[in-house]
Amino acid sequence: MSVMASISVQLFQAVLLVLIAPLAAGFVSTCKARLQNRRGAGVLQPWRDLRKLFAKEVVMAEHASWIFRFAPYIVFTATMMAASVVPALMVDTPLSLTADVIALVALLALARFFLALAGMDIGTAFGGMGASREMTFSALAEPAMLMSIFVLSLGAHSTNLTTMINHTLNTPVMMQPSIAFALAAMVMIAMAENGRIPIDNPNTHLELTMIHEAMLLEYSGRHLALMEWASQIKLILFATLLVDLFVPWGIAAHADPGGVVLACVFWLFKLAVLFVLLALAETGMAKLRLFEVPEYLSAAFVLAFLGLITHYMLEVAV
Amino acid sequence: MPLSLQLALAACGVSLLAACSPLILRGHTMQRIALSLLLAMAGLLAMSAGFSGLISGGGSITLPFGLPWLPLHAELDALGAFFMLVIGSLLFPVAVYSHGYFRNEQRITPLLVFMPLFALGMMGVVLAGDALAFMLFWELMSVSSYFLVTHEHQHLENRKAGFIYLLMAHMAGLLILGSFATLYAAAGSFEFAVMREASIEPFWASAAFLLAAFGFGTKAGVIPLHGWLPDAHPVAPSNVSALMSGIMLKVAVFGFIRVVWDLMGPGDFQWWWCALILAAGSSSAVGGVLLALQQHDLKRLLAYHSVENIGIILIGIGLAMLLAHFGHPMLAALGLIAGLYHTINHAIFKGLLFMGAGAVLHSTGTRDMESMGGLIHRMPVTAVFFLVAAISISALPPFNGFVSEWLTFQTALMAPQMGGALLMAIVPFSAAMLALAGALAAACFVKVFGVVFLGHARSKMAAQAQEVDGWMQAGMAIPAIFCLLLGVLPVLFIPLIDAVPQMLLHVSLADSVHAHGWLWLTPVSASQASYSSPLALTGMIIIGGLVFWWLHPKGRVIRRSRMWSCGNPHVNARMQYNATGFSQPLRRIFWGVLQPDEHVHVERRFHKLLTTKVRYTVHVGDLAVKHLYQPIGRLTLSIARWLNTQHQYGIHTNLTWTFVTVILLLALFA
Repeated sequence: MSVMASISVQLFQAVLLVLIAPLAAGFVSTCKARLQNRRGAGVLQPWRDLRKLFAKEVVMAEHASWIFRFAPYIVFTATMMAASVVPALMVDTPLSLTADVIALVALLALARFFLALAGMDIGTAFGGMGASREMTFSALAEPAMLMSIFVLSLGAHSTNLTTMINHTLNTPVMMQPSIAFALAAMVMIAMAENGRIPIDNPNTHLELTMIHEAMLLEYSGRHLALMEWASQIKLILFATLLVDLFVPWGIAAHADPGGVVLACVFWLFKLAVLFVLLALAETGMAKLRLFEVPEYLSAAFVLAFLGLITHYMLEVAV
Repeated sequence: MPLSLQLALAACGVSLLAACSPLILRGHTMQRIALSLLLAMAGLLAMSAGFSGLISGGGSITLPFGLPWLPLHAELDALGAFFMLVIGSLLFPVAVYSHGYFRNEQRITPLLVFMPLFALGMMGVVLAGDALAFMLFWELMSVSSYFLVTHEHQHLENRKAGFIYLLMAHMAGLLILGSFATLYAAAGSFEFAVMREASIEPFWASAAFLLAAFGFGTKAGVIPLHGWLPDAHPVAPSNVSALMSGIMLKVAVFGFIRVVWDLMGPGDFQWWWCALILAAGSSSAVGGVLLALQQHDLKRLLAYHSVENIGIILIGIGLAMLLAHFGHPMLAALGLIAGLYHTINHAIFKGLLFMGAGAVLHSTGTRDMESMGGLIHRMPVTAVFFLVAAISISALPPFNGFVSEWLTFQTALMAPQMGGALLMAIVPFSAAMLALAGALAAACFVKVFGVVFLGHARSKMAAQAQEVDGWMQAGMAIPAIFCLLLGVLPVLFIPLIDAVPQMLLHVSLADSVHAHGWLWLTPVSASQASYSSPLALTGMIIIGGLVFWWLHPKGRVIRRSRMWSCGNPHVNARMQYNATGFSQPLRRIFWGVLQPDEHVHVERRFHKLLTTKVRYTVHVGDLAVKHLYQPIGRLTLSIARWLNTQHQYGIHTNLTWTFVTVILLLALFA
């Protein structure tokens, strides 16, 4: 009974995460529009875009190979797999044992690998440029992300998200300096990994410093829809990960309906707060010059590493 | 004599037979068939020897040859059996591949002699039961591979690379000999069985460790001792590069484990040994991949990746040493398994990559990535296998590279508080370097696959490339399957490797690793970390299949059109990003480490704004070569020159030198 219940919560959570992802992206852009004194296209606009793209014909360059054709499916699948591993509503979901945090990061890296390959496949300068920059920056962002997660896993003696969340829930709240470092690093990385301002601008298609959109230029129709959807899922995934790792309070411990509904409300509320903060940050900041991005990312890396050192020096020793 | 040892000796015998086959067989086809068949047999025998040695244990015998007062011993224990397995699992596919690869090779006889001898040397090192046999086979391995490296000796660069290789291999040999001599002094015998029992004083243990670390480190290509590697690997025939990079470097890792873990043992470790190995591993991992990113010679790039992966292996082994030293044998066993798992993974995917590079070289006639492109259309099968290897080496699920890096991360994370603050900082630091190396490797292989196989052809040769024949495809298919199997079913394979920590540390991880069944890989317990590759793969296949099925109703064809060129009608293949362009941002970020030599030459006519031509050249040299090898070379030359002038001063100076020498000798020995 409880196994069935937890499997159904797992399925519900995965479907909810995927369906809500475009709404989240719409929510951020609406918030941004309001902050900039515009009306905005509305929260549902990404959904309308996706529906339209799915109905449209696919146009592909003459010599595109199977990599270009299948990359959207691989990217979407890997991102969705990663999203279903992250506990949003309930800890101890059946799939959460399948992959720990390191595997989660690796699944996202797999998606990025194919995204970059698809960018190189057509042989345009734009695609190559996007691929080169994406891989460069992610090569700096990924270790920083792993380091900041490691700060938390060292405390919890585990890399399983469920155990890490339980550890945070069961430890008395007190300010640990290492966690503050990890949080700062993680927020910086989340901005970079999702191609938000100050790293990349998600709203432009023709700007010389763009990264993510440059790789997608040749895509159309359902392929483009899958790629866009995957990046929206990635945004909500990172937000959920931040919530899980740093403020998990409210998440359900068992698969009972009341707890799950309550957890859902808590989760949506925390996401909304995070996204409002994201919109504020994006409105208040300008994009960095391309070669200042490595400095930003190395700062994140150093912060996370300081977190690790602080953990070893101050918290373990005591 | 146990079955495993019989099989291993049979593998050696078959290799020796293969080396002698040119004496009997004439004719290109016959010789080629003999080589492939016998090497494949040797590979299969070595694999089965490895399996049976790991499962049912090995044994040792005294060989009937050797010096009368110093017989040679052969021994197969768990460690040797594991490395026999590594050797066999790459030797077999390479033998299949060679049958196709040597089809157009004109001078096949030297390859026929030296490839089997090379294989024999490597198996002999692994089977050696005493220091004498070890050194004999070690030198056989070095010298026969020298002849393979200089196979195309008509080119000056090949001869040069071969010379540097030989020089450094002998330096390494000398250091290893020194290490054995130190152990001999403590044990009084060359036999490993006696050396194991003998106790050694800490000072001499450290001396033996340093000699072994530098000697085996040179052979394994640890930064900064890697100078020979990026020169020697590219110039050898590709199947030989696959063997050299895939197995020979691993034999050096084997030698290190044999001397440091087996002959000395965790009881002798000192904390700075572990720190040294961790530092060497971290710097090799990051340095190797950074240099690899800046290459545009495909095989040279792969050679630098070998440096990186040896670094990753050393991080695992170094962590294990540290944990063993501070009395955590279970975690040490985990680190050792992580290192060994990466050893076999690297052997397989690097072998596959070199075979793929050989296929590309075979079809396009060049190693320069800047003149390739679009090969996925003309060599579709090679492209698939190369992609599998590229994903594996980038440590991405569901292939094998990820499993071993995951295990290494787990070891680093579970390491408890040990030693002082410096020591405690080096563990997370090496984990950070591992993460950085993994992410940079992914960037590098996007570059390799993107520039070589995707986009448009950049030269006529690339546009007219042909797919390679069935033998070469089969040779690449086998390791590709291994990559997937080792990535999806690690839980079935780890209990096999577990025999090695059982032998070295007397603890077993087998129970905790598959405590939750074959689906779940749980190094210590499920609540700490778990990874289920089969489930992740199944989940991805289900999700991907559902999405594909949902989006592909009948009648929705894909329209093909020209690519978007921003309205510019003249788009050509040179406008694509190339290898140099792809790595430009990283070159700029790691400017201080790489110190590239960049030149921009602008031609202007009539007016300073009317630019007609811009030429950009960049050369990224190896800093170790520039700041370490060349000064040593210059110093040696100047000493030689000084001696030379001394020789020419005539009889008086010579007599003075003789007199001084005699006085000195008298003072010393009288």
